Amino acid sequence: MIIGKQKPLEEIREMLEGYKRVLILGCGTCVTVCLAGGEKEVAILATLLRMSEKMAGGDKTFSEHTIQRQCDNEFLDELEEKVKDVDAVLSLACGAGVGLVAERFPDLPVLPGLNTTFIGIPQERGVFTERCLSCGDCILDETGGICPVARCTKGLLNGPCGGTNNGKCEVDPEKDCAWTLIYQRLERQGKLERMRAYRPPRNFQAVVRPGKVVAE
Amino acid sequence: MARPFREVLNSGKFVVTSEVGPPKGSNLEELIHHIDLLKDRVDALNVTDNQSSVMRYPSLGGCLFIKEHGGEPILQMTCRDRNRLALQADLLFAYSRGITNVLCLTGDSIPVGDHKEAKGVFDLDSVQLLKTVRLMEEGKDLGGNDLAGGIRFCAGAIVTPEANPVEPQLIKFEKKVAAGAEFFQTQAIYDIDNFKRFMEVARRFDVKVLAGIVLLVSAGMARYMNRNVPGIFVPDQLIEEMVSAEKGKALETGIRIAGHMIRQLKEEAICDGVHIMAIGRESVVPDILAAAG
Repeated sequence: MIIGKQKPLEEIREMLEGYKRVLILGCGTCVTVCLAGGEKEVAILATLLRMSEKMAGGDKTFSEHTIQRQCDNEFLDELEEKVKDVDAVLSLACGAGVGLVAERFPDLPVLPGLNTTFIGIPQERGVFTERCLSCGDCILDETGGICPVARCTKGLLNGPCGGTNNGKCEVDPEKDCAWTLIYQRLERQGKLERMRAYRPPRNFQAVVRPGKVVAE
Repeated sequence: MARPFREVLNSGKFVVTSEVGPPKGSNLEELIHHIDLLKDRVDALNVTDNQSSVMRYPSLGGCLFIKEHGGEPILQMTCRDRNRLALQADLLFAYSRGITNVLCLTGDSIPVGDHKEAKGVFDLDSVQLLKTVRLMEEGKDLGGNDLAGGIRFCAGAIVTPEANPVEPQLIKFEKKVAAGAEFFQTQAIYDIDNFKRFMEVARRFDVKVLAGIVLLVSAGMARYMNRNVPGIFVPDQLIEEMVSAEKGKALETGIRIAGHMIRQLKEEAICDGVHIMAIGRESVVPDILAAAG
């Protein structure tokens, strides 16, 4: 799923400068699961914004609403009424959701309350880690189900770099070295020959950006 | 004129290479001083490529100076800052100017350097870059097109013999050999017994291995590397030797240690040569060589 992280309150307040009535719009799908932009986070952010507005002596008002999915047009119908009396929408969806709401209401400023970070999984309570870079050319069958494109900081295809140490990555000793994990997984499965196989340069145009898929 | 590096590698002599790091800026006085100091004392000189992801004067520029001053340059090329078009173009340029040795590296990651928000390219990796060199030698580029005039390089790579775990590194070592690496310069080694175990594996392949020698300048540096530099392990015994050095004599002790290691590697024919990295202290490389006899 898509993982996001709320922007700092100060940045959000700067973004909202000049707008009096603001709708804080949550999304009930991915960002609800990753605790960044669901109904609960909308309520907390609204409270924080009201408090800071009061302390600053401003007169902004904040309304709250959460829909099931901001990245799907059919779920946006119910917003027609909600956005009638607002000057801006602060969306807590991923970038796809923000973009679609903005497209649906082209006269209305739709602002991002989150930074969309990656496609990932909930690893443990409150911790989310990246698993897929949507490269368009999946090789998980060759790498024991562990993606070097997403999980190696350099996206290397032919084994670890010299920066790995005790199974960790050179950019962050808290992060696992993807190629150490791949080595361990393939060894366990008796398939180390897959790691020995030469992998040619990646096709960076497997998805010509911006991506478009037509279902057959 | 310096002897071509491949010829030296295949001559059976104990090979000595060293390296120079270009400056941050266009003042090349010190770089040229180091080149002049070292070019006739070693068989070839690497020029680092935005080492540690820190932006500097280019490796290619340093290599041209070595060439002009009659030395034998080894062009370090990382995959971090250039995509496959730029890497191939630089190989063509280097070859056209008489640079015929290349060390193919993946490159450190961006966040360890001084441009922390830059894009890390990594369009190719070190294995793919080695393959690219060999492909271009056959007169083709990575797009499958014919080249009007190819290239010819003595191509090398690096390996970290003391990495933990070492097995994934050994697999990569084998892939680099298969991709066309003729020589390896290793990450710094300090534990000769450990290095001998690596050499037992490396000896099965038709490649030359130059052991990485990094000059210790203080006990603090040794401890720092143990904590922070992947694949470097300075044994306690050497750290104690540095600690017990008389005040002001730490550098001398470091030079003696490096010299002793080189002599042992050579006398016991453990590997094919050494690559001396005196990071920031290039001027003492002749002293290290003197200490090694």
